[in-house]
Amino acid sequence: MPSNGMISVKGLAHRYGSTEVLRLPEWNVAQGERWLVLGPSGCGKTTLLHVLAGLIRPSEGEVEVSGESLRKIDGARLDRWRGATVGIVLQALHLMRHLSVRDNLRLAQYMARAAQDDARITETLGALGVADKAMRRPADLSEGERQRVAVARAVVNRPKLLLADEPTANLDDAAAARAADLLVEQAERHGATLVVATHDARVKQKFEKRLDLSA
Amino acid sequence: MNLATLSASYLRARPLNTALSLILLALGVGTIVLLVLVVSQLEERMQRDARGIDLVVGAKGSPMQLILSGIYHADAPTGNIPLAEARALAKHRLIKRAIPLALGDGWKGYRIVGAGHEYVELYGARLAAGRLWQKPMEAVLGAEVAARTGVGVGVRFAGSHGVTGQGEEHGAAPYDVVGVLGRTGSVLDRLVLTSIESVWQVHEEEHGPADEADRKALEEDREVTVLLVQYASPLAAATLPRQINSKSELQAASPAYETARLFRIVGVGVEALRAFAVVLILAAGLSVFIALYTALEERRYDLAVMRTLGASPGKLFGLLLTEGIVLAIVGAVIGLALGHALASALGVWLESQQQYPVTGLEWRPEELWLVVVALGVGVVAALLPAWRAYRTDVSRTLAQG
Repeated sequence: MPSNGMISVKGLAHRYGSTEVLRLPEWNVAQGERWLVLGPSGCGKTTLLHVLAGLIRPSEGEVEVSGESLRKIDGARLDRWRGATVGIVLQALHLMRHLSVRDNLRLAQYMARAAQDDARITETLGALGVADKAMRRPADLSEGERQRVAVARAVVNRPKLLLADEPTANLDDAAAARAADLLVEQAERHGATLVVATHDARVKQKFEKRLDLSA
Repeated sequence: MNLATLSASYLRARPLNTALSLILLALGVGTIVLLVLVVSQLEERMQRDARGIDLVVGAKGSPMQLILSGIYHADAPTGNIPLAEARALAKHRLIKRAIPLALGDGWKGYRIVGAGHEYVELYGARLAAGRLWQKPMEAVLGAEVAARTGVGVGVRFAGSHGVTGQGEEHGAAPYDVVGVLGRTGSVLDRLVLTSIESVWQVHEEEHGPADEADRKALEEDREVTVLLVQYASPLAAATLPRQINSKSELQAASPAYETARLFRIVGVGVEALRAFAVVLILAAGLSVFIALYTALEERRYDLAVMRTLGASPGKLFGLLLTEGIVLAIVGAVIGLALGHALASALGVWLESQQQYPVTGLEWRPEELWLVVVALGVGVVAALLPAWRAYRTDVSRTLAQG
């Protein structure tokens, strides 16, 4: 793995029972790169993201992220590593509907054992143009605003690796383009490596690196 | 943000479930608190009133009635006993002190008790105003009687026959209030005290003695109602009551025995209420369990997302457990407040009925146990939901949606 490597995958395979859902012989991602993981539904894109986030222990293979071999850490240490290293934007966003926007970000700080820093939350929301929504509940926001809050929650702890699962699904062309720009912009701002899983061809041209899992 | 505030925000998001759990728990805890307060205060006060009295001697009848009327002034007397016999008994070598009381009259619902000054000493009462009675027809009011009637030294009043205040008035023989006692927390607070001679005089004047021979006959017939006896030695308990009860006209009753019997009778009702309260607390536990468990389904994404944010499974376990604990603590605190408020309300009502007072401003060590039990119920109810939260399969949950 090169010294500036962020992700190194070797001989990765994952099965549910006897069904293989993911096979990836080799994949290397340098720090700061922006990758698109392509392929139709069910080709293992989400599984790959979950492996990279340490949410799944793969059936086979070696995975190193940010210098940590994910096979070697487990339990609560893996959870702590995830909180400190990885930011995830989920396809369905899954903001906590009982909590205000500010508390959604504070929850991210609390669960990652980071300092609960209101100034940082305001700054993060401001950078995404939703600082004025801090006290609102997610249900009071538009879809676009909710997406921005979800991105804010993923980057509030300054992750080294930013993962996004189908961020443009169900969005019209303009919104899809904006969502992709937002991720790139935020990854750049925080010096994070960006991996976006999508089957959406519309955002292809925004990413110089592509991994096609259907191949 | 911490587990307590986070769980509180989830509880607030389900107001109906949360309210149901809290109401059940508060009702259960409140009922038990009320029982604990009332029973323990009643026992304490009854013990205080009976302190220094080993035996009550009076006319034949129900021994419990004798105790209730002779010590607690809460029932009709069993009848009177001849003064001569009471005096003879008082000289018994096993008796250290015998206080005769003459009962039967009342004023505004308070009982007029004819007694010697030693009756005041028995309860260690001090005068708040005026002096003790010296001559017949002088009266001293208990603290509560004075406070509630607003009557003080120098006022003249007429007693009435019977204790309820509904009987005929003894208008021809009014009492003069010469003193008011300080509060003792005993039955004395609710009595009007006078000399035994006053009680005799009131009744003799009603019948109007015609001449000297009549007066003599009346004096020979003089009676008292009860004799409060203090033993000279513990040995007396074994022999004296039997000796007295074998005499045809007298009855001796032990306050310790009769009050224990009374509490056994009342105890059945108390136990039934307590069992009902326990059922309420268990129902509260069930409600907490159902609320947390059914909410798991709609919360599974939240729990999975918390894991993606860096929460360990233990954290999710802790979150659900904290929700059970928060419910238990809040429910128990509301219950404690409810129990004390009910006891205070009951106290106000009892006082207006001139009954044994009860206060809600007292705390009992048992209440601490109640909080511990409520906590236990909350924790047990939350265990299974917490375990399911702990086992959340993050990847599979997120892949579903």
